Amino acid sequence: MLLLAIESSCDETAVAIVRDGREILSNLIVSQIDVHARFGGVVPELASRQHLQAICPLVDAALEEAGSNLEQIEGIAVTRGPGLIGALLVGVSYAKAVAFARQIPMVGVHHIEGHILAIQLEQKVEYPYLALAVSGGHSHLFRVDGIGKYVLLGRTIDDAAGEAFDKVAKMLGLPYPGGPVIDRLAAQGDASRVRFPRPMLKKPNLDFSFSGMKTSVLTYIESLAGQLDDQAVADIAAAFQEAAVDVLLQKTLRAAREQGLTRIVVAGGVACNSGLRREFKLASQGEQLAVYFPSPLLCSDNAAMLAVAGDAYLERGARSPSDLNAVSNWPLVEAASHFNLLP
Amino acid sequence: MTFETHSEEETSAFGRFLGEQLQRPITILLEGDLGTGKSVLARALARGLGIAENIPITSPTFTLMNHYAARIDLYHFDLYRLADADELIEIGFDDFAHSAGIALVEWPERLPDREFDHLQLHIERLSAESRQIGISARGIEPQLLVGSLQGWLSSR
Repeated sequence: MLLLAIESSCDETAVAIVRDGREILSNLIVSQIDVHARFGGVVPELASRQHLQAICPLVDAALEEAGSNLEQIEGIAVTRGPGLIGALLVGVSYAKAVAFARQIPMVGVHHIEGHILAIQLEQKVEYPYLALAVSGGHSHLFRVDGIGKYVLLGRTIDDAAGEAFDKVAKMLGLPYPGGPVIDRLAAQGDASRVRFPRPMLKKPNLDFSFSGMKTSVLTYIESLAGQLDDQAVADIAAAFQEAAVDVLLQKTLRAAREQGLTRIVVAGGVACNSGLRREFKLASQGEQLAVYFPSPLLCSDNAAMLAVAGDAYLERGARSPSDLNAVSNWPLVEAASHFNLLP
Repeated sequence: MTFETHSEEETSAFGRFLGEQLQRPITILLEGDLGTGKSVLARALARGLGIAENIPITSPTFTLMNHYAARIDLYHFDLYRLADADELIEIGFDDFAHSAGIALVEWPERLPDREFDHLQLHIERLSAESRQIGISARGIEPQLLVGSLQGWLSSR
């Protein structure tokens, strides 16, 4: 099936054309980082307005790059949630309009479902596997038994990992988005200068906590009483990144052991972090585990990732209703329960 | 009125007591810089409202608002990412903030005005462990609440 995929859950408008849920013909993202950098964070209304401006030209560009046209599109996958409601509505409304006008099937896909299945566009990873989804808005551990079959194993109890990177960057006077900047500085810093606590590591569950880690960083910055030179900033970035990665890694390894899973997929924006990739690869060698990372484009908020589940659902006869609404809060375990399967 | 807490547990105990006292819809503005303990206080308040321990009270920074069903529903806002007041309309702030629930608003500095009944908490960081919490109120219900908070604080 030739699929048009649309993602607009947060600060990126993204459109992709994918064949049979495997072959990416085009995968375009309008990065809005420049606009948001001025405010030190994602600015919601601005995001919706930009999605509105971007979506039509972006669909045209994606079709052109794929050497295709709207008449050839056989189905649509769109992010239904979770995310910013105003931003989601732009994608969902567009998808419904095209589906109705062209009389083609459409299905609403869960944003995190897209992330944890994105790897399948690059290499075949057998089910079941463990998925760590880490981004600015999410930090979750799922068991993935197949498309539409997910079990929540652990989650953050306060801030998402990416949010902690952004807020620590802000404390250090670094620009938004904080993740890539901290990653770059960490490479030049000495993580042994200070050891930040690893919250929740001693608790026997699979949940994360990053709020306290953020506060520890602040306390340390204050203890320096203004002596925050470039080397100190780099050292703090390195120590914070080490602590955050350590918590994510240890909880993931524990989940893999408990669930008896030998394949781990790390997905979402934070999966681009080089320290995280390095530590997961090192750990996997000692534990007989296979760790998979999608390429950076597929880790970001892109649209091609929606095609894996989208294509499978549509092929099974799933159809989202034409009054499909966007939802800002939507548990992943309910991802496959909103649409009707054709008899 | 202001008082001090000397540990996260103490801040938490105050938040929980406040949550337990809430019997009617109210808007609570929660001010404080990054790392002062707004998350801690918000979580404790949610527990006081009867939201079960196994439901994480996560940061609404990304989602802007999280909704929890409780004895009285809790609408937990974070206006950190808002650039200007017009955007409040887009996220439906007025619909929830002045409705039949408890509206707990972090980063209320982004609000254009405070011309409505509310309880205001302002957390200042004194040291790694200690916090100063300032409480003020506008309107009859919030002022009654301050009265019971005063009683609790003087008896601790």
